[in-house]
Amino acid sequence: MRKLSDVDKGLKGKKSSGAVGQSIKHESAEMHVTGKAVYTDDKLESLGQLHAAVGMATIASGHITAIDLSAVRAAQGVVAVITLDDIVGHTDIGPVFPGDPILTKDVVEFYGQAIFAVAATSHELAKQAVALAKIDYQETTPVLTIEQALKAKSFVRPPHSMKRGDSASAIEQAKHQLSGQIAIGGQEHFYLEGQIASVIPTEDGGMTVYSSSQHPAEVQKLVAEVLGIPFNRVVVDMKRMGGGFGGKETQAAGWSCLAAVLANKTQKAVKLRLNRSDDMMMTGKRHPFENHYQVGFNGQGVIEGIDLTVNGNCGYSPDLSDAIVDRAMFHADNGYYLDHVSITGNRCKTNTASNTAFRGFGGPQGMMIIECVMDDIAYSLGLDPLAVRKANLYGTDTRNITPYHQQVEHNNLAEMITKLELSSRYAERCQEIDDFNASSKFLKKGISLTPVKFGISFTAQHLNQAGALINIYTDGSVDVTHGGTEMGQGLHTKIAQIVAQVFGIAVDNVKVSATRTDKVPNASPTAASSGTDLNGKAAQNAAQTIKQRLIDFAVEHFAVDSDDISFSDDAIDAGQHKLSFVELVQKAYFARVSLSSTGFYRTPKIYYDRENAQGRPFFYFAMGASVSEVLIDTLTGEYKLLQTDILHDVGDSLNPAIDIGQIEGGYIQGVGWLTTEELHWNDKGRLLTTGPATYKIPAISDAPKVFNVELLKDSPNREATIYHSKAVGEPPFMLAISVWSALRAAIANAVPVQDRVKGVIPSLDTPATPERVLKAVQLINAQQGIATDE
Amino acid sequence: MSENKIQFLLNNERKVIENCDPNMTVLNYLREELSRKGTKEGCASGDCGACTAVLAEVVQSANSQTTEHLSYQSINTCITFLSALHGKQLVTVEDLQQGNKLHSVQQAMVDCHGSQCGFCTPGFVMSLFSLKKNLAQAKFSDATDNSPDVDLDKDIEHGLAGNLCRCTGYRSITEAAKQACNNDDVDQFEHEQAATIAQLKLIAQQQDTVELHNNGKSLYLPYTLDKLAQLVEQYPKAKLLAGGTDLALSVTQGMAQIQTMISMSNVRELAQINQTAKTLSIGAMVSYQQSHQLLSQYYPEFGQMLYRLGSTQVRNSGTLGGNVGNASPIGDTPPVLIALGARLVLRKGERTREISVEDYFVDYKVTQLESGEFIERIEIPKANSNKHLKVFKISKRLDDDISTVLACFYIKFTNKKVAEITIAFGGMAGIPKRAFACEQALMGREPSEQNIAVAMTALAKDFSPMSDVRASSEYRLQVAKNLVRKCFYELEQTHAATRIETFEVDTLDVRGVTHA
Ligand SMILES: Cc1cc2nc3c(=O)[nH]c(=O)nc-3n(C[C@H](O)[C@H](O)[C@H](O)COP(=O)(O)OP(=O)(O)OC[C@H]3O[C@@H](n4cnc5c(N)ncnc54)[C@H](O)[C@@H]3O)c2cc1C
Ligand code: FES
Ligand code: FES
Repeated sequence: MRKLSDVDKGLKGKKSSGAVGQSIKHESAEMHVTGKAVYTDDKLESLGQLHAAVGMATIASGHITAIDLSAVRAAQGVVAVITLDDIVGHTDIGPVFPGDPILTKDVVEFYGQAIFAVAATSHELAKQAVALAKIDYQETTPVLTIEQALKAKSFVRPPHSMKRGDSASAIEQAKHQLSGQIAIGGQEHFYLEGQIASVIPTEDGGMTVYSSSQHPAEVQKLVAEVLGIPFNRVVVDMKRMGGGFGGKETQAAGWSCLAAVLANKTQKAVKLRLNRSDDMMMTGKRHPFENHYQVGFNGQGVIEGIDLTVNGNCGYSPDLSDAIVDRAMFHADNGYYLDHVSITGNRCKTNTASNTAFRGFGGPQGMMIIECVMDDIAYSLGLDPLAVRKANLYGTDTRNITPYHQQVEHNNLAEMITKLELSSRYAERCQEIDDFNASSKFLKKGISLTPVKFGISFTAQHLNQAGALINIYTDGSVDVTHGGTEMGQGLHTKIAQIVAQVFGIAVDNVKVSATRTDKVPNASPTAASSGTDLNGKAAQNAAQTIKQRLIDFAVEHFAVDSDDISFSDDAIDAGQHKLSFVELVQKAYFARVSLSSTGFYRTPKIYYDRENAQGRPFFYFAMGASVSEVLIDTLTGEYKLLQTDILHDVGDSLNPAIDIGQIEGGYIQGVGWLTTEELHWNDKGRLLTTGPATYKIPAISDAPKVFNVELLKDSPNREATIYHSKAVGEPPFMLAISVWSALRAAIANAVPVQDRVKGVIPSLDTPATPERVLKAVQLINAQQGIATDE
Repeated sequence: MSENKIQFLLNNERKVIENCDPNMTVLNYLREELSRKGTKEGCASGDCGACTAVLAEVVQSANSQTTEHLSYQSINTCITFLSALHGKQLVTVEDLQQGNKLHSVQQAMVDCHGSQCGFCTPGFVMSLFSLKKNLAQAKFSDATDNSPDVDLDKDIEHGLAGNLCRCTGYRSITEAAKQACNNDDVDQFEHEQAATIAQLKLIAQQQDTVELHNNGKSLYLPYTLDKLAQLVEQYPKAKLLAGGTDLALSVTQGMAQIQTMISMSNVRELAQINQTAKTLSIGAMVSYQQSHQLLSQYYPEFGQMLYRLGSTQVRNSGTLGGNVGNASPIGDTPPVLIALGARLVLRKGERTREISVEDYFVDYKVTQLESGEFIERIEIPKANSNKHLKVFKISKRLDDDISTVLACFYIKFTNKKVAEITIAFGGMAGIPKRAFACEQALMGREPSEQNIAVAMTALAKDFSPMSDVRASSEYRLQVAKNLVRKCFYELEQTHAATRIETFEVDTLDVRGVTHA
């Protein structure tokens, strides 16, 4: 390049006023609304493009005795068919532990397990061909429930415990004892864009892979291993996902691997898109849990000793379940101090798809048991559940050690709860609700306030690292790539803001490119809410490296002191000299200063000794609280969420609009999990709810009419996170627990005040479908001796 | 005489399809044949709205200022066969932006941060587009209408209930909808309306049956009722296509291929509602959306329930005829039609006959319809001011969900006693069915606590419902019983709040979103 672009044109004129902290729109917003945003299935297809479909097992447990694919091979449009025998490299794609065969030819462990794959000239023809397979099985009795698995000691990983103090004697010595349990249903991710991979063979025997994946580096690794080629021959490119929520952390890889094997065999581009029912049948979900407690407490409901057991239904293989059940254990305290505690986590193996990461990663299921305990204690003592919750909160100076011996620092939950009580008019509304219930015969209201304390960091320590690459071009435009993936959470927008902030330039001058394994290697999955914390720091690091070079150059060039140099409003002040960012970049280029840098970050302070279940697994905690008010129909069990008030702590928000979007979206997704989203299997282990016709995620009327969301003001993260913000992806999901708790309150309120017997506890497993709510109403009425029928 | 091409406008461009598989959906046509990838597939079953596009057609205006206008209806392209495009304008998400200027519905979605992953967004944008168009049209037709914002909230809920978003939690989208619908801008579609109408009328001049034959599969699109009757008799194995919201699923979900399809979408006689002094006669091709207003006027509870039948997209295509025609035990309208004593006009060749909806259903998926016969019209008696209609739809989710139980009561009191009563249920048996034992228990009696209790018990004689993914048998029976109680409670306490779906929230507490 000889002549550089005109500095007056181009990028001037756009105002930057500190990009960080602004409610900047999502970088793809205009492409979303015009339909121009390209998802994996929308990419231009190659000449001779093939489409793949997967043949699956139709029993939940047993052996394959014969596979006859002759009709499949002969079907119209079919170009290639592969079975396990066609895999030359690794055949197990388990992400942490082995146990996930890419295809099976013998043992079948769940209904929907992949047996073969077909490449055909169209998606339709591939699907039609798959249906022609003849596979014989010898069926064995499947293990389908947690109860069966516990009884058979069928585990995917060994049980694990954590403890502090002597819970058994503390429970015994307490004034009151109580025990109970709750079953918590699973949840389908229902990312609007289903699983998809599109693979193109390269000249050197490698593959270019477009995969809707939260973990491109792992897709690269597994595709290379399955093909038996070096990692550097595989490039994974990930522009955007149409939702991930954890469902594309490990379970996106298999489809890329199968497409790659077919592409390798045919030397054609192969696209594998699961249609909705196959996706729901073949991929894992949020783990269903069955949790138990035994608790001792005093007259105010303060816990003195507690034993908790969390049993996760992991499906047929380990996948990420060890860490997921661990996270359930790490969150079985939520925001409450548990004096003398023991927590045990079982990883039950069943003949269903392998359950996997889903927003919260086991945390929500763990939290449910302690929130259940709070309610149960309150009902048993006839106290206000909020009073019991407040009495049990972690202290600031004392009562601040978790069951895994990490000290809870910077705890602002009590203060947040007080603020939220005021802003939501909690006390007045409790009274209004009582008045309403007294005058309404069949409709009853309930309200609840629940807190959230969620630990931020991957509990697998090595994953807490990130890389980024920044290139500045001679027109002053900036290109950023980092290890994180964009699935709607606004990660790329925040990264662009961070980089713009470092250089003092307008955010529009910064473009975040597709995540690519050849640009930033060995990246961790975009998960555990850590996307911005990790990649934001790495991008900042890269930007600061280049900025320092520019400063060094300016010091020399203008003979000024480095303290006299500042970057803002797309311009640089260097002593007397003021020049635009572009001008500085161009001068630096001519002076042969490198305008490209990588950046790196690893989270400080964290360590964990799993053997002894002690350490500091979390860099910090994210906090929030919500109030939900519901209305139930005691004749039908139907309900409606009337009002929600949320106060959430995101530290110093990088982008309030995006953070609020995460809070609202996470909350509603949590509401779905706890209310209408019900998975049904038949007694042979076949999933029956395989589409949105039968599996009901929240729709627009399920959002409350009154939906107040507030970010906690003036609350910078005290840890040195990126611009003192806090992670926001997962924590708000658990704010939805207040809906479940409010439903319980409404159920309790179904009994007229004068008929209530102290100590009767309204039990409510989840999802709390209208059927479960009606059952609970009937049960509580029966317990109080009120006839509901006939 | 026959023509063998489907003709329509793709935005402003006239398209002619001469050779295609009649089983092809509009979604696949857009994405695969035209490479218009803005329209997304989220489910291919009509439940998520990611594939929403809008069909415009010429309709006569109620307002005297203009004689005709374009009516914009959102559809789920994943369950709409190509034949539905004939004679219409198809508008997709790619058509909204003009140059660099976003359409006001798109701009509102951007301004309100209404997209996160963006995969649902094109569908929402198109639903919003059609909502905005319809609200503007309604305002124009009814100048006296000064409906407050409460109605807008409801309109937005109804207009967007067929679009699922897994990311946003909907608040931002609702906000965008308000901004877009309160903006009185004039868009390019309005500017070009006259030209579009002229182009569509050109296509409509043709009056010959459209036939497509492809790979052994055939499609017939007749223009007249007689021709339709002749074709149905001639091809008794053919599938009759109304809105396709049920039939298309056999292709997109059931992997079936329909060999011969006869579409009613161009038969004008069937797209009409005729009224006599005593009856509403609804043609088999009248969509829910088209019959809704009239049915609501005579039977408010029927109208209320229709808002919860499917979604706007489903109601824009789906028909009463199809709801009866598919003989599903969980169809929402048959119990209501049975309770109201509605009758079907059946046509076979030249012959017509009448049968009550109640007698039409014989057994699970078995009806009185003969081979070569079809439903021509549905005749619903007009409301009797002495009688009370109560309709209850129970489902897991309020929006767009198939009923677990649908209960319908039609009652006349004389001297406080039940003088006439028909009770019909859906979801309780293999067919939509009357609850005779329950009716019997109430007939001639006062609805006292005790009599109601007896009637509730009697339901167990009428039904032994099944368990499935939606609910258990016990729940169905219990709810059915409780609805008897609820029905009489509502008849007595006419002002009490008894329904969660219409419960009015005190919106004083709205503070919206705030931050530092
Ligand atoms: C997302 C979604 C949600 C839905 N929700 C509901 C719901 O809440 N409640 C409900 O009841 N249904 C629901 N349905 C089912 C369906 O929409 C309705 O049953 C609708 O009324 C069918 O009408 P149609 O015109 O689309 O029928 P089509 O699909 O065109 O036809 C259905 C069947 O009836 C036959 N048929 C159609 N018209 C006639 C006629 N005139 N004479 C004889 N046979 C005929 C067809 O041959 C076909 O077998 C839903 C469907 C979808 C996709
Ligand atoms: S793709 Fe879901 S409704 Fe059409
Ligand atoms: S923005 Fe992701 S589904 Fe709506």
